[in-house]
Amino acid sequence: MIWNESIECASREEMRKIQSERLIDTVQRVYQSVPAYRRKMQEAGLVPGDIKSVDDLVKLPFTTKSDLRDNYPFGMFTVPMSEIVRIHASSGTTGKSTVVGYTRKDLRVWAEVVSRTLMMAGVHREDMVQIAYGYGLFTGGLGMHYGCENIGASVIPISGGNTEKQLQLMQDFGTTVLACTPSYSLFLAEEMEASGIKKEDLKLRVGIFGAEPWTENMRREIESKLGIKAIDIYGLSEIIGPGVSCECEFQAGMHVNEDHFIPEIIDPETLKPLPEGAVGELVFTTVTKEGIPLIRYRTRDLTRLNFEKCQCGRTLVRMEKCKGRSDDMLIIRGVNVFPSQIESVLLEMSETAPHYLLIVERENNLDILKVMVEVQEQFFSDEIKMLESLRKKITHKIQSTLGISVEVKLVEPRTIERTAGKAKRVIDNRKI
Amino acid sequence: MIAKQVSVFLENTSGRLNEVTNILGEAGINISAFSIADTSDFGVLRMIVPDPDKAVTVLKANGFSVQTTPVVLLTTPNQPGSLAKALKILSEEHIFIEYLYAFSMNEDSAVVVIRPSDIERCVGVLNHFFIQPEK
Repeated sequence: MIWNESIECASREEMRKIQSERLIDTVQRVYQSVPAYRRKMQEAGLVPGDIKSVDDLVKLPFTTKSDLRDNYPFGMFTVPMSEIVRIHASSGTTGKSTVVGYTRKDLRVWAEVVSRTLMMAGVHREDMVQIAYGYGLFTGGLGMHYGCENIGASVIPISGGNTEKQLQLMQDFGTTVLACTPSYSLFLAEEMEASGIKKEDLKLRVGIFGAEPWTENMRREIESKLGIKAIDIYGLSEIIGPGVSCECEFQAGMHVNEDHFIPEIIDPETLKPLPEGAVGELVFTTVTKEGIPLIRYRTRDLTRLNFEKCQCGRTLVRMEKCKGRSDDMLIIRGVNVFPSQIESVLLEMSETAPHYLLIVERENNLDILKVMVEVQEQFFSDEIKMLESLRKKITHKIQSTLGISVEVKLVEPRTIERTAGKAKRVIDNRKI
Repeated sequence: MIAKQVSVFLENTSGRLNEVTNILGEAGINISAFSIADTSDFGVLRMIVPDPDKAVTVLKANGFSVQTTPVVLLTTPNQPGSLAKALKILSEEHIFIEYLYAFSMNEDSAVVVIRPSDIERCVGVLNHFFIQPEK
Protein backbone atom coordinates (compact mmCIF):
# COMPACT_ATOMS: atom_id res chain seq x y z
CA MET A 1 0.00 0.00 0.00
CA ILE A 2 1.07 3.56 -0.69
CA TRP A 3 0.33 6.16 1.99
CA ASN A 4 0.28 9.26 -0.21
CA GLU A 5 -0.04 8.06 -3.78
CA SER A 6 -0.44 11.45 -5.47
CA ILE A 7 2.92 12.54 -4.12
CA GLU A 8 4.82 9.27 -4.00
CA CYS A 9 3.91 8.40 -7.57
CA ALA A 10 3.95 11.92 -8.99
CA SER A 11 5.58 12.56 -12.35
CA ARG A 12 8.98 14.27 -12.40
CA GLU A 13 7.36 17.48 -13.65
CA GLU A 14 4.78 17.48 -10.87
CA MET A 15 7.45 16.84 -8.29
CA ARG A 16 9.69 19.61 -9.64
CA LYS A 17 6.76 22.01 -9.53
CA ILE A 18 6.07 21.20 -5.87
CA GLN A 19 9.76 21.43 -5.01
CA SER A 20 10.16 24.76 -6.81
CA GLU A 21 7.20 26.40 -5.07
CA ARG A 22 8.32 25.20 -1.68
CA LEU A 23 11.97 26.10 -2.25
CA ILE A 24 11.11 29.68 -3.22
CA ASP A 25 9.02 30.02 -0.07
CA THR A 26 11.73 28.49 2.15
CA VAL A 27 14.46 30.76 0.80
CA GLN A 28 12.27 33.80 1.48
CA ARG A 29 11.67 32.67 5.04
CA VAL A 30 15.26 31.90 5.97
CA TYR A 31 16.52 35.11 4.33
CA GLN A 32 14.15 37.15 6.45
CA SER A 33 14.51 35.30 9.74
CA VAL A 34 18.01 33.85 10.03
CA PRO A 35 20.93 36.33 9.99
CA ALA A 36 23.40 33.52 9.21
CA TYR A 37 21.56 32.64 5.98
CA ARG A 38 21.07 36.26 4.98
CA ARG A 39 24.79 36.92 5.40
CA LYS A 40 25.76 33.85 3.38
CA MET A 41 23.41 34.74 0.56
CA GLN A 42 24.61 38.33 0.52
CA GLU A 43 28.20 37.11 0.33
CA ALA A 44 27.22 35.00 -2.66
CA GLY A 45 25.55 38.05 -4.21
CA LEU A 46 22.09 36.49 -3.99
CA VAL A 47 18.67 37.82 -3.08
CA PRO A 48 15.66 35.53 -2.55
CA GLY A 49 14.25 36.63 -5.92
CA ASP A 50 17.15 34.93 -7.68
CA ILE A 51 15.73 31.55 -6.73
CA LYS A 52 12.95 30.96 -9.25
CA SER A 53 12.84 27.18 -9.42
CA VAL A 54 14.52 24.04 -8.14
CA ASP A 55 17.12 24.51 -10.92
CA ASP A 56 18.45 27.52 -9.01
CA LEU A 57 19.17 25.38 -5.93
CA VAL A 58 22.81 24.99 -7.02
CA LYS A 59 23.34 28.76 -6.65
CA LEU A 60 22.69 28.66 -2.92
CA PRO A 61 25.48 28.38 -0.35
CA PHE A 62 25.93 25.17 1.64
CA THR A 63 25.08 24.68 5.30
CA THR A 64 27.26 22.46 7.50
CA LYS A 65 27.26 21.07 10.99
CA SER A 66 29.64 23.83 12.03
CA ASP A 67 26.99 26.42 11.08
CA LEU A 68 24.70 24.74 13.56
CA ARG A 69 27.46 24.73 16.15
CA ASP A 70 28.30 28.41 15.58
CA ASN A 71 24.66 29.28 16.09
CA TYR A 72 24.19 26.97 19.09
CA PRO A 73 21.65 26.35 20.40
CA PHE A 74 18.77 28.11 18.62
CA GLY A 75 20.42 30.61 16.26
CA MET A 76 19.31 28.84 13.09
CA PHE A 77 15.65 28.62 14.14
CA THR A 78 13.34 30.50 11.81
CA VAL A 79 10.41 30.94 14.18
CA PRO A 80 10.08 32.37 17.70
CA MET A 81 10.48 29.86 20.55
CA SER A 82 6.74 30.11 21.27
CA GLU A 83 6.14 28.26 17.99
CA ILE A 84 8.57 25.43 18.86
CA VAL A 85 6.91 22.44 20.50
CA ARG A 86 9.76 19.91 20.53
CA ILE A 87 13.56 19.94 20.74
CA HIS A 88 15.87 17.11 19.69
CA ALA A 89 19.65 17.02 19.66
CA SER A 90 22.47 14.86 18.37
CA SER A 91 26.22 14.93 18.82
CA GLY A 92 28.13 17.85 17.43
CA THR A 93 31.72 17.77 16.28
CA THR A 94 33.33 19.24 19.38
CA GLY A 95 31.18 18.39 22.33
CA LYS A 96 28.31 20.77 21.69
CA SER A 97 25.13 19.14 20.46
CA THR A 98 23.44 19.84 17.17
CA VAL A 99 20.06 21.16 18.25
CA VAL A 100 16.88 21.08 16.19
CA GLY A 101 13.41 22.43 16.93
CA TYR A 102 10.03 21.39 15.57
CA THR A 103 6.83 23.39 15.21
CA ARG A 104 3.45 21.66 15.36
CA LYS A 105 3.44 21.56 11.58
CA ASP A 106 6.95 20.05 11.53
CA LEU A 107 5.73 17.23 13.76
CA ARG A 108 2.82 16.64 11.40
CA VAL A 109 5.21 16.51 8.42
CA TRP A 110 7.44 14.12 10.35
CA ALA A 111 4.51 11.81 11.16
CA GLU A 112 3.51 11.98 7.48
CA VAL A 113 6.92 11.01 6.12
CA VAL A 114 7.35 8.23 8.68
CA SER A 115 3.86 6.97 7.77
CA ARG A 116 4.97 6.76 4.14
CA THR A 117 8.10 4.85 5.09
CA LEU A 118 6.12 2.40 7.23
CA MET A 119 3.84 1.66 4.30
CA MET A 120 6.90 1.25 2.08
CA ALA A 121 8.15 -1.34 4.56
CA GLY A 122 4.81 -3.12 4.39
CA VAL A 123 3.60 -2.10 7.85
CA HIS A 124 -0.13 -1.50 8.35
CA ARG A 125 -2.60 -0.69 11.08
CA GLU A 126 -2.97 -4.29 12.23
CA ASP A 127 0.71 -4.42 13.11
CA MET A 128 2.24 -4.42 16.57
CA VAL A 129 5.40 -2.31 16.35
CA GLN A 130 8.09 -2.65 18.98
CA ILE A 131 10.18 0.51 18.92
CA ALA A 132 13.59 -0.33 20.36
CA TYR A 133 15.23 2.89 19.22
CA GLY A 134 16.11 5.18 22.10
CA TYR A 135 13.43 7.64 23.17
CA GLY A 136 14.71 11.03 24.22
CA LEU A 137 16.90 13.65 22.62
CA PHE A 138 17.73 11.11 19.89
CA THR A 139 15.14 11.35 17.12
CA GLY A 140 14.86 7.59 16.49
CA GLY A 141 12.33 6.57 19.12
CA LEU A 142 9.87 9.45 19.05
CA GLY A 143 10.16 9.86 15.28
CA MET A 144 9.07 6.28 14.61
CA HIS A 145 6.51 6.48 17.38
CA TYR A 146 4.33 9.24 15.94
CA GLY A 147 4.50 7.76 12.45
CA CYS A 148 3.28 4.40 13.75
CA GLU A 149 0.44 6.01 15.65
CA ASN A 150 -0.42 8.04 12.58
CA ILE A 151 -1.03 4.92 10.48
CA GLY A 152 -2.93 3.33 13.34
CA ALA A 153 -0.47 0.58 14.21
CA SER A 154 -0.10 -0.49 17.85
CA VAL A 155 3.07 0.87 19.36
CA ILE A 156 5.19 -0.73 22.08
CA PRO A 157 7.40 2.20 23.14
CA ILE A 158 9.97 0.04 24.89
CA SER A 159 12.97 2.19 23.85
CA GLY A 160 16.51 0.80 23.59
CA GLY A 161 18.24 -1.79 25.75
CA ASN A 162 16.73 -4.19 28.32
CA THR A 163 17.13 -7.16 25.99
CA GLU A 164 15.40 -9.68 28.22
CA LYS A 165 12.26 -7.57 28.35
CA GLN A 166 12.41 -6.96 24.61
CA LEU A 167 12.26 -10.71 24.02
CA GLN A 168 9.59 -11.22 26.66
CA LEU A 169 7.24 -8.62 25.14
CA MET A 170 7.99 -9.83 21.65
CA GLN A 171 6.59 -13.22 22.66
CA ASP A 172 3.79 -12.08 24.98
CA PHE A 173 2.46 -9.22 22.84
CA GLY A 174 2.98 -10.89 19.48
CA THR A 175 5.20 -8.14 18.03
CA THR A 176 5.09 -8.16 14.24
CA VAL A 177 7.42 -5.25 13.47
CA LEU A 178 10.73 -4.46 15.11
CA ALA A 179 12.33 -1.04 14.79
CA CYS A 180 15.92 -0.67 16.03
CA THR A 181 19.50 -0.46 14.82
CA PRO A 182 20.52 -3.41 12.59
CA SER A 183 23.30 -4.41 14.98
CA TYR A 184 20.87 -4.54 17.88
CA SER A 185 18.56 -6.80 15.89
CA LEU A 186 21.41 -9.26 15.44
CA PHE A 187 22.20 -9.02 19.11
CA LEU A 188 18.54 -9.81 19.89
CA ALA A 189 18.74 -12.79 17.52
CA GLU A 190 21.72 -14.15 19.39
CA GLU A 191 20.07 -13.65 22.75
CA MET A 192 17.05 -15.53 21.38
CA GLU A 193 19.27 -18.41 20.44
CA ALA A 194 20.91 -18.39 23.86
CA SER A 195 17.58 -18.48 25.65
CA GLY A 196 16.06 -21.10 23.36
CA ILE A 197 13.51 -18.87 21.63
CA LYS A 198 12.93 -19.93 18.02
CA LYS A 199 11.96 -17.50 15.30
CA GLU A 200 8.89 -19.67 14.74
CA ASP A 201 7.79 -18.80 18.29
CA LEU A 202 7.53 -15.15 17.27
CA LYS A 203 5.16 -13.31 14.95
CA LEU A 204 7.88 -10.97 13.68
CA ARG A 205 7.39 -10.13 10.03
CA VAL A 206 9.27 -6.92 9.28
CA GLY A 207 12.26 -5.10 10.71
CA ILE A 208 12.87 -1.40 10.13
CA PHE A 209 16.52 -0.79 10.74
CA GLY A 210 18.50 2.41 10.60
CA ALA A 211 20.66 4.94 12.43
CA GLU A 212 23.85 3.15 11.39
CA PRO A 213 25.39 1.75 8.22
CA TRP A 214 24.93 -1.95 7.46
CA THR A 215 25.78 -4.27 4.62
CA GLU A 216 23.81 -6.63 2.40
CA ASN A 217 25.50 -9.50 4.24
CA MET A 218 24.13 -8.23 7.52
CA ARG A 219 20.72 -7.97 5.91
CA ARG A 220 20.80 -11.61 4.84
CA GLU A 221 21.93 -12.68 8.28
CA ILE A 222 19.19 -10.70 10.04
CA GLU A 223 16.53 -11.94 7.64
CA SER A 224 17.47 -15.59 8.07
CA LYS A 225 17.98 -15.47 11.83
CA LEU A 226 14.77 -13.59 12.61
CA GLY A 227 12.70 -14.85 9.67
CA ILE A 228 11.74 -11.33 8.64
CA LYS A 229 12.08 -8.81 5.85
CA ALA A 230 14.77 -6.32 6.86
CA ILE A 231 14.11 -2.79 5.60
CA ASP A 232 16.67 0.01 5.62
CA ILE A 233 15.50 3.42 6.82
CA TYR A 234 17.55 6.61 6.64
CA GLY A 235 17.38 9.90 8.43
CA LEU A 236 19.31 12.46 10.37
CA SER A 237 18.09 14.79 13.05
CA GLU A 238 19.22 17.92 11.20
CA ILE A 239 16.87 17.10 8.33
CA ILE A 240 14.02 15.70 10.48
CA GLY A 241 15.06 12.35 11.97
CA PRO A 242 14.01 8.91 10.70
CA GLY A 243 11.78 9.10 7.64
CA VAL A 244 13.98 11.09 5.27
CA SER A 245 14.09 7.98 3.08
CA CYS A 246 13.27 4.29 3.31
CA GLU A 247 13.28 1.12 1.23
CA CYS A 248 10.11 -0.42 -0.10
CA GLU A 249 9.41 -4.14 -0.22
CA PHE A 250 11.66 -4.44 -3.29
CA GLN A 251 14.66 -3.34 -1.24
CA ALA A 252 16.14 -1.54 -4.22
CA GLY A 253 17.26 1.77 -2.75
CA MET A 254 15.63 4.11 -0.27
CA HIS A 255 12.81 6.33 -1.54
CA VAL A 256 13.51 9.90 -0.53
CA ASN A 257 10.56 11.99 0.61
CA GLU A 258 11.74 14.58 -1.86
CA ASP A 259 8.68 16.82 -1.73
CA HIS A 260 10.00 17.72 1.76
CA PHE A 261 13.72 17.08 1.46
CA ILE A 262 15.37 17.77 -1.90
CA PRO A 263 18.47 15.62 -2.36
CA GLU A 264 21.56 16.52 -4.39
CA ILE A 265 24.85 14.70 -4.89
CA ILE A 266 28.01 16.81 -4.88
CA ASP A 267 31.72 16.22 -5.12
CA PRO A 268 32.89 16.70 -1.50
CA GLU A 269 36.19 18.21 -2.74
CA THR A 270 35.05 20.63 -5.45
CA LEU A 271 31.51 21.03 -4.03
CA LYS A 272 30.19 20.87 -7.61
CA PRO A 273 27.00 18.90 -8.36
CA LEU A 274 27.70 15.47 -9.85
CA PRO A 275 25.87 13.93 -12.80
CA GLU A 276 22.95 11.60 -12.19
CA GLY A 277 24.05 8.21 -10.87
CA ALA A 278 27.51 9.31 -9.68
CA VAL A 279 28.60 8.57 -6.12
CA GLY A 280 29.21 11.64 -4.01
CA GLU A 281 28.17 13.48 -0.89
CA LEU A 282 24.46 13.68 -0.17
CA VAL A 283 23.10 17.19 0.36
CA PHE A 284 19.57 18.01 1.50
CA THR A 285 17.46 21.12 1.34
CA THR A 286 14.37 21.00 3.53
CA VAL A 287 11.50 22.81 1.85
CA THR A 288 8.62 22.48 4.31
CA LYS A 289 10.31 22.70 7.68
CA GLU A 290 9.40 25.70 9.82
CA GLY A 291 11.48 25.29 12.99
CA ILE A 292 14.89 24.93 11.41
CA PRO A 293 14.86 24.79 7.62
CA LEU A 294 18.24 23.85 6.19
CA ILE A 295 19.53 24.99 2.83
CA ARG A 296 21.89 22.58 1.05
CA TYR A 297 22.88 20.82 4.23
CA ARG A 298 25.95 18.64 3.76
CA THR A 299 25.17 15.25 5.32
CA ARG A 300 28.71 13.92 4.74
CA ASP A 301 27.12 10.60 3.75
CA LEU A 302 28.35 9.17 0.45
CA THR A 303 25.77 7.62 -1.86
CA ARG A 304 24.14 8.01 -5.27
CA LEU A 305 20.65 8.69 -6.61
CA ASN A 306 18.45 6.71 -8.96
CA PHE A 307 15.56 8.56 -10.62
CA GLU A 308 13.98 5.54 -12.32
CA LYS A 309 10.47 4.55 -11.38
CA CYS A 310 10.48 1.68 -8.90
CA GLN A 311 8.72 -1.66 -9.31
CA CYS A 312 6.53 -0.66 -6.37
CA GLY A 313 5.08 2.14 -8.46
CA ARG A 314 6.69 4.99 -6.58
CA THR A 315 8.55 7.64 -8.50
CA LEU A 316 10.25 9.14 -5.44
CA VAL A 317 13.97 9.25 -6.18
CA ARG A 318 15.92 6.44 -4.56
CA MET A 319 19.25 6.70 -2.72
CA GLU A 320 21.56 3.74 -2.33
CA LYS A 321 22.73 2.45 1.03
CA CYS A 322 25.35 4.90 2.26
CA LYS A 323 28.83 3.87 1.22
CA GLY A 324 30.75 5.81 3.83
CA ARG A 325 31.42 9.31 5.04
CA SER A 326 33.31 12.28 3.71
CA ASP A 327 34.37 13.22 7.24
CA ASP A 328 35.67 11.25 10.23
CA MET A 329 32.35 10.71 11.97
CA LEU A 330 31.79 7.25 13.40
CA ILE A 331 28.43 5.72 14.11
CA ILE A 332 28.63 3.60 17.24
CA ARG A 333 25.52 1.76 18.35
CA GLY A 334 23.51 4.30 16.37
CA VAL A 335 25.17 7.27 18.05
CA ASN A 336 27.26 9.76 16.10
CA VAL A 337 30.78 10.09 17.42
CA PHE A 338 33.42 12.54 16.25
CA PRO A 339 37.04 11.91 17.24
CA SER A 340 37.30 15.64 17.95
CA GLN A 341 34.81 15.25 20.80
CA ILE A 342 37.18 12.88 22.55
CA GLU A 343 40.10 15.15 21.85
CA SER A 344 38.33 18.08 23.47
CA VAL A 345 37.61 16.00 26.59
CA LEU A 346 41.28 15.04 26.87
CA LEU A 347 42.40 18.64 26.34
CA GLU A 348 40.09 19.80 29.11
CA MET A 349 41.68 17.38 31.56
CA SER A 350 44.99 18.62 32.89
CA GLU A 351 46.28 15.09 33.46
CA THR A 352 46.10 13.87 29.90
CA ALA A 353 47.76 14.62 26.63
CA PRO A 354 45.62 14.85 23.51
CA HIS A 355 47.28 11.79 22.03
CA TYR A 356 44.71 9.09 21.61
CA LEU A 357 43.64 6.30 19.34
CA LEU A 358 40.11 5.04 18.86
CA ILE A 359 39.57 1.39 18.07
CA VAL A 360 36.11 0.28 17.05
CA GLU A 361 35.25 -3.41 17.18
CA ARG A 362 32.06 -5.32 16.72
CA GLU A 363 31.80 -8.05 19.34
CA ASN A 364 28.65 -10.18 19.47
CA ASN A 365 27.07 -7.70 17.07
CA LEU A 366 27.52 -4.79 19.43
CA ASP A 367 29.92 -2.00 18.72
CA ILE A 368 32.71 -1.50 21.23
CA LEU A 369 34.62 1.76 21.31
CA LYS A 370 38.08 1.52 22.85
CA VAL A 371 39.96 4.70 23.63
CA MET A 372 43.71 4.38 24.04
CA VAL A 373 45.17 7.24 26.07
CA GLU A 374 48.86 7.77 26.68
CA VAL A 375 50.05 7.87 30.28
CA GLN A 376 52.23 10.94 30.50
CA GLU A 377 55.10 11.41 32.91
CA GLN A 378 53.23 14.08 34.84
CA PHE A 379 50.22 11.96 35.64
CA PHE A 380 51.85 8.59 36.02
CA SER A 381 51.38 7.45 39.58
CA ASP A 382 53.22 4.62 41.23
CA GLU A 383 49.95 3.48 42.77
CA ILE A 384 47.59 1.29 40.79
CA LYS A 385 44.56 2.75 42.51
CA MET A 386 45.53 6.24 41.33
CA LEU A 387 45.96 5.01 37.77
CA GLU A 388 42.66 3.15 37.99
CA SER A 389 40.87 6.22 39.27
CA LEU A 390 42.41 8.28 36.48
CA ARG A 391 41.18 5.71 33.99
CA LYS A 392 37.70 5.86 35.51
CA LYS A 393 37.71 9.65 35.43
CA ILE A 394 38.64 9.70 31.74
CA THR A 395 36.03 7.02 31.02
CA HIS A 396 33.35 8.95 32.84
CA LYS A 397 34.14 12.25 31.09
CA ILE A 398 34.17 10.68 27.64
CA GLN A 399 30.97 8.75 28.32
CA SER A 400 29.09 11.78 29.51
CA THR A 401 30.23 13.71 26.44
CA LEU A 402 29.45 11.00 23.89
CA GLY A 403 26.45 9.44 25.57
CA ILE A 404 27.71 5.91 24.99
CA SER A 405 29.90 3.61 27.04
CA VAL A 406 33.58 3.35 26.16
CA GLU A 407 36.54 1.27 27.28
CA VAL A 408 39.50 3.44 28.18
CA LYS A 409 42.91 1.81 28.05
CA LEU A 410 46.01 3.51 29.40
CA VAL A 411 49.04 3.00 27.19
CA GLU A 412 52.71 3.92 27.42
CA PRO A 413 53.83 7.35 26.27
CA ARG A 414 54.82 7.80 22.65
CA THR A 415 53.29 4.47 21.66
CA ILE A 416 50.53 6.15 19.67
CA GLU A 417 51.82 6.91 16.25
CA ARG A 418 52.72 10.53 15.52
CA THR A 419 52.56 11.64 11.95
CA ALA A 420 53.59 14.89 10.42
CA GLY A 421 50.28 15.29 8.61
CA LYS A 422 46.84 14.19 9.70
CA ALA A 423 47.19 11.86 12.67
CA LYS A 424 45.61 8.45 12.40
CA ARG A 425 43.08 8.61 15.19
CA VAL A 426 40.70 5.81 14.32
CA ILE A 427 40.99 2.13 13.56
CA ASP A 428 37.62 0.73 12.61
CA ASN A 429 37.74 -3.06 12.67
CA ARG A 430 34.03 -3.51 12.01
CA LYS A 431 33.32 -5.22 8.72
CA ILE A 432 30.71 -2.76 7.54
CA MET B 1 65.76 3.80 56.06
CA ILE B 2 64.02 5.72 53.33
CA ALA B 3 65.02 4.75 49.82
CA LYS B 4 64.11 6.00 46.34
CA GLN B 5 62.15 3.35 44.52
CA VAL B 6 61.99 3.48 40.74
CA SER B 7 58.52 2.87 39.21
CA VAL B 8 57.86 2.25 35.53
CA PHE B 9 54.52 2.23 33.73
CA LEU B 10 54.18 -0.84 31.51
CA GLU B 11 51.52 -2.00 29.13
CA ASN B 12 50.59 -5.65 29.40
CA THR B 13 52.31 -6.62 26.20
CA SER B 14 54.93 -9.28 25.79
CA GLY B 15 58.51 -8.13 25.78
CA ARG B 16 58.10 -4.90 27.69
CA LEU B 17 59.60 -6.19 30.95
CA ASN B 18 62.43 -7.72 29.01
CA GLU B 19 63.12 -4.33 27.45
CA VAL B 20 63.37 -2.60 30.83
CA THR B 21 65.74 -5.21 32.23
CA ASN B 22 67.85 -5.03 29.07
CA ILE B 23 68.19 -1.26 29.29
CA LEU B 24 69.23 -1.45 32.93
CA GLY B 25 71.60 -4.34 32.25
CA GLU B 26 73.34 -2.45 29.47
CA ALA B 27 73.66 0.59 31.71
CA GLY B 28 75.32 -1.62 34.33
CA ILE B 29 72.54 -1.14 36.86
CA ASN B 30 71.84 -4.05 39.17
CA ILE B 31 68.28 -4.66 40.35
CA SER B 32 68.26 -5.43 44.06
CA ALA B 33 64.55 -6.12 44.25
CA PHE B 34 61.46 -5.65 42.16
CA SER B 35 57.77 -6.37 42.04
CA ILE B 36 55.02 -5.89 39.51
CA ALA B 37 51.53 -4.69 40.27
CA ASP B 38 49.19 -5.41 37.41
CA THR B 39 45.66 -4.90 36.15
CA SER B 40 44.22 -6.49 33.04
CA ASP B 41 45.58 -3.70 30.84
CA PHE B 42 48.70 -2.33 32.42
CA GLY B 43 51.21 -2.86 35.19
CA VAL B 44 53.57 -0.86 37.36
CA LEU B 45 57.07 -2.21 37.78
CA ARG B 46 58.67 -1.17 41.08
CA MET B 47 62.39 -1.58 41.69
CA ILE B 48 65.07 -0.98 44.25
CA VAL B 49 68.38 -0.24 42.50
CA PRO B 50 71.72 1.07 43.82
CA ASP B 51 71.62 4.16 41.60
CA PRO B 52 67.97 5.21 41.12
CA ASP B 53 68.77 8.53 39.43
CA LYS B 54 70.79 6.84 36.74
CA ALA B 55 68.06 4.24 36.24
CA VAL B 56 65.47 7.00 35.80
CA THR B 57 67.67 8.79 33.27
CA VAL B 58 68.28 5.76 31.07
CA LEU B 59 64.66 4.62 31.18
CA LYS B 60 63.32 8.07 30.34
CA ALA B 61 65.80 8.29 27.50
CA ASN B 62 64.17 5.13 26.16
CA GLY B 63 60.70 6.63 26.31
CA PHE B 64 59.32 5.06 29.47
CA SER B 65 57.09 6.82 31.98
CA VAL B 66 59.23 6.67 35.12
CA GLN B 67 58.80 8.01 38.60
CA THR B 68 60.60 7.73 41.89
CA THR B 69 58.71 7.11 45.09
CA PRO B 70 60.08 7.19 48.64
CA VAL B 71 59.72 3.82 50.35
CA VAL B 72 60.84 2.39 53.69
CA LEU B 73 63.42 -0.41 53.70
CA LEU B 74 63.17 -2.51 56.80
CA THR B 75 65.68 -5.23 57.61
CA THR B 76 64.25 -8.08 59.62
CA PRO B 77 65.72 -11.39 60.76
CA ASN B 78 65.17 -14.02 58.08
CA GLN B 79 62.97 -16.15 60.25
CA PRO B 80 59.29 -16.94 60.80
CA GLY B 81 57.29 -14.23 62.55
CA SER B 82 59.56 -11.26 61.87
CA LEU B 83 57.35 -9.65 59.26
CA ALA B 84 54.29 -10.30 61.39
CA LYS B 85 55.91 -8.47 64.27
CA ALA B 86 56.68 -5.39 62.19
CA LEU B 87 53.22 -5.34 60.62
CA LYS B 88 51.56 -5.63 64.00
CA ILE B 89 53.35 -2.50 65.19
CA LEU B 90 52.37 -0.56 62.06
CA SER B 91 48.79 -1.72 62.36
CA GLU B 92 48.56 -0.70 66.01
CA GLU B 93 49.89 2.72 65.12
CA HIS B 94 47.33 3.04 62.29
CA ILE B 95 49.89 3.31 59.56
CA PHE B 96 48.38 2.02 56.35
CA ILE B 97 50.39 0.17 53.78
CA GLU B 98 49.77 0.96 50.12
CA TYR B 99 51.93 -1.95 49.04
CA LEU B 100 54.81 -4.07 50.23
CA TYR B 101 57.29 -6.57 48.88
CA ALA B 102 60.27 -8.35 50.37
CA PHE B 103 63.47 -10.10 49.44
CA SER B 104 65.97 -12.03 51.50
CA MET B 105 69.53 -10.74 51.61
CA ASN B 106 71.06 -13.91 52.94
CA GLU B 107 70.26 -16.68 55.41
CA ASP B 108 70.22 -14.26 58.33
CA SER B 109 68.28 -11.23 57.18
CA ALA B 110 65.57 -10.11 54.82
CA VAL B 111 64.56 -6.68 53.58
CA VAL B 112 60.96 -5.52 53.43
CA VAL B 113 60.10 -2.66 51.06
CA ILE B 114 57.12 -0.74 52.42
CA ARG B 115 55.13 2.08 50.85
CA PRO B 116 53.23 3.45 53.85
CA SER B 117 50.50 6.08 53.97
CA ASP B 118 52.76 8.32 56.05
CA ILE B 119 56.43 7.71 55.46
CA GLU B 120 57.86 9.91 58.24
CA ARG B 121 55.59 8.41 60.88
CA CYS B 122 56.35 4.92 59.62
CA VAL B 123 60.08 5.43 60.06
CA GLY B 124 59.51 7.08 63.43
CA VAL B 125 57.33 4.26 64.70
CA LEU B 126 59.74 1.57 63.54
CA ASN B 127 62.69 3.40 65.15
CA HIS B 128 60.76 3.85 68.36
CA PHE B 129 60.12 0.15 68.65
CA PHE B 130 63.83 -0.56 68.21
CA ILE B 131 63.55 -2.21 64.94
CA GLN B 132 66.28 -0.66 62.93
CA PRO B 133 65.12 0.29 59.45
CA GLU B 134 68.09 -0.57 57.27
CA LYS B 135 69.60 1.01 54.23
